[in-house]
Amino acid sequence: METKKAIISVKDLVKKYDDFVAVQGLSFEVYEHEIFGLLGPNGAGKTTTLEIIETLRAKTSGEIIVDGFSVDKQPQDIKQIIGVQLQAAGYYPNLNLIELIELFAGLYGANIKPMEMLEKVNLQDKAKAKYKALSGGQKQRFSIATTLINQPKIIFLDEPTTGLDPQARRNLWDLITEIRDAGTTVVITTHYMDEAEQLCDRVAFVERGQIIALDTPDNLIDKLVNSGFERKKEVKKANLEDVFINLTGQEWRE
Amino acid sequence: MKKYNNLTATLALAKASFRSIMRSPSAVVFTLAFPLIFILVFGFLGGGGTHIDVGVTPGSDVNNPVMGMLEKTGMIRLIKDKSKAEFDKLLEKGNVDAMIDVHRKVNSAAYSVNVVYTSASRDKGGILKSVLNNIFYDKTLKPTVAEIKESTITGREYKTIDFILPGQLGFSLLSTGVFGTAFVFLSLRQTLVIKRFFATPVKRSSIVIGEGIARIGFALIGALFIILIGHFFFGFTLVNGALTVVNMLILATLGVIVFMGFGFIISGIAKSESMVPPISNIITLPQFLLSGTFFSIEAFPSWLQPISRALPLTYLNDAMRKVAFEGLGLWDVKFQIMILLIWGIGIYAVAVKVFKWE
Repeated sequence: METKKAIISVKDLVKKYDDFVAVQGLSFEVYEHEIFGLLGPNGAGKTTTLEIIETLRAKTSGEIIVDGFSVDKQPQDIKQIIGVQLQAAGYYPNLNLIELIELFAGLYGANIKPMEMLEKVNLQDKAKAKYKALSGGQKQRFSIATTLINQPKIIFLDEPTTGLDPQARRNLWDLITEIRDAGTTVVITTHYMDEAEQLCDRVAFVERGQIIALDTPDNLIDKLVNSGFERKKEVKKANLEDVFINLTGQEWRE
Repeated sequence: MKKYNNLTATLALAKASFRSIMRSPSAVVFTLAFPLIFILVFGFLGGGGTHIDVGVTPGSDVNNPVMGMLEKTGMIRLIKDKSKAEFDKLLEKGNVDAMIDVHRKVNSAAYSVNVVYTSASRDKGGILKSVLNNIFYDKTLKPTVAEIKESTITGREYKTIDFILPGQLGFSLLSTGVFGTAFVFLSLRQTLVIKRFFATPVKRSSIVIGEGIARIGFALIGALFIILIGHFFFGFTLVNGALTVVNMLILATLGVIVFMGFGFIISGIAKSESMVPPISNIITLPQFLLSGTFFSIEAFPSWLQPISRALPLTYLNDAMRKVAFEGLGLWDVKFQIMILLIWGIGIYAVAVKVFKWE
C-alpha cells in the first residue's frame, strides 16, 4: 500500500460557514487507479469536501494538491483533468443527449464523438432523448458519461446510486469498476455500506467534518471483528437483496 | 496539455442555447407570435390610417394652397356644404374634429387661416395642429401666419403599419430580452446546470457571452421576420430598402442587449421561477403601454408624458420609426441611441451587483 502514488492529497482541510464548521481538519490521500469511498451520514461534510477538491467551493484553510496542481493556484488545470458528477445536477433544457455531450465537449475543448461517449455508458439507444425523459439509472449513467468527456484522470461521483433499484445499482457498479480498470481514479460518496464494501478499494468514514477511520473495507471489518464485535443475529448466507435479485433477475430493465 | 480555447466553449454554449430557445414554446410565442398577431390585427384594422374630419366654414376661400395641401396629406377629410349650425353640432359631439376658415389677407399674397378645435376631439385636433404647422413650414407657402413648432408628422403617407410595426418590434425585443434571459439564468442556476459548467474549465464570461449571442441571434431572426412580413404583406415603409433593414437590425441588437440587462437583474432577485413573470411584467408592461407601442406618446396626458420619455423602449421605438419611415441614418438618431446606452450602463451596473451564479 505504501508504494502507491497519491493523486489527491488533502491536508488539514477546514471549511467554515458563518456559524457552522462543516469540515474541521480533514486529511487524506487518494491513490492512483483506486475507487476511494467517502462514507458518512448526511451533513457530515462529504459533499463539501468533494466540492472543495473539485474547485467549486472555496476552503477556509488547508492544502489540497490534485495531480500536482494546487486548488489555490491552478484551479483551471485541475478542472481539465477531473470529471465531476454533482448530486442532483440538471442539464441544459430542451437538448437531447447527443447535443448535451456536444456542449460539454465544447466546454472542455475535447474532440470526441458524442455517440462513442453514449456507447460507453450503454445509452446509444437514447441518443435523441431528452435528459428529463430518462429513468433514474439512465440519468446517472448519462451524468457519468459527461464526466468522461475530457478523458479525466480522476472522476468524482456524489451519491450516484441514491434512489436506484437494485438492478440499476449493480449495473452502475459494473460501469464504475470498468472506468477504474481503464485507469481512471474514482472518488465516490455513498450511504450504502454494501455498495462501499463491494466497490471501494479504500474508504474513509467522515463524521462531523472529521475522518474517524480510513482503510480498506476488509481491514475495517477485521478490526471490528477482532475487537470482539458480534452481530446480534447469526448471519445467513444470503440477505434480502440477494432474494430480490434472485427473484427479479440480474437483468436491468429501463 | 492542450491549450484551452475559450472561443470554442463560448460557441458551444451559444449553439446549445440557440437550440434550446428554438425549442422553447414561450420564446417563440413572445418573440414572434404576439407581435405578428398585433401587426395582423392593426394591419387589417388600420387600413388607411388615421383620418381627421375638418369642416370648412361656410364662406371660406376653398381654392387656396392651404386647402390643397391639407387634402394632399391623405389624412384630412375636408367637409364642405354644411351650414354653420350643423357644423356647430357636429363639432360639439366630436364628429368633426375641427373647423377651418381661410381668407386671403387684405392687400397681401398671404392667407389668414382660422382654425377652431373642439375639446370633444383633442388628440385629433393635436394632429391637425401638427399638420398645419408642417404645411406652413413648407417653403412653397411663403408668408407664414402661424407660429412654427417642431412637428412629428411628416408629409409621406403614414400608414398604421408604419407606426405599429416598430412598436411591436420593440416590444418583441423587450420580451425576448427580459423574460428569456431571466428564465434561462434562473433555471440554469436552480437546476445546478451552471454549477456543473463551473466544474469544466469554462469561464463565466463565456457563459454570459454564449447565452447573449444565442439570444441576440434569435431576436434578430425574429426582427427580420417581422420586418419582412410587415413589408411584403402590409406595405411597411422601408425608405432605403435593405439599408434601412440593416439599420433597424443594428438598433434591435442594441435594444436587446440593454433589455437583457433587465433579465439578468430579475434572474438575480427572483427566488423561484414563479416570481419571474410578475417581476418581468413590472418592467415590461409599463413600457408596453407607455412607450408608444400602440399609441403615439403625444396622445398621452401631459403629466404622463415625462414618464413615457423616461423609458428605454420609447427611445428604441422612436429610433426605429425614424430609421424606417423617415429614412434617417443611425447617426441621425444618436440622441435615442445615447439614451439607450445610458440605460444600458445603469441596468448593467445594477445587474453586476444583484446577479447570482449560485
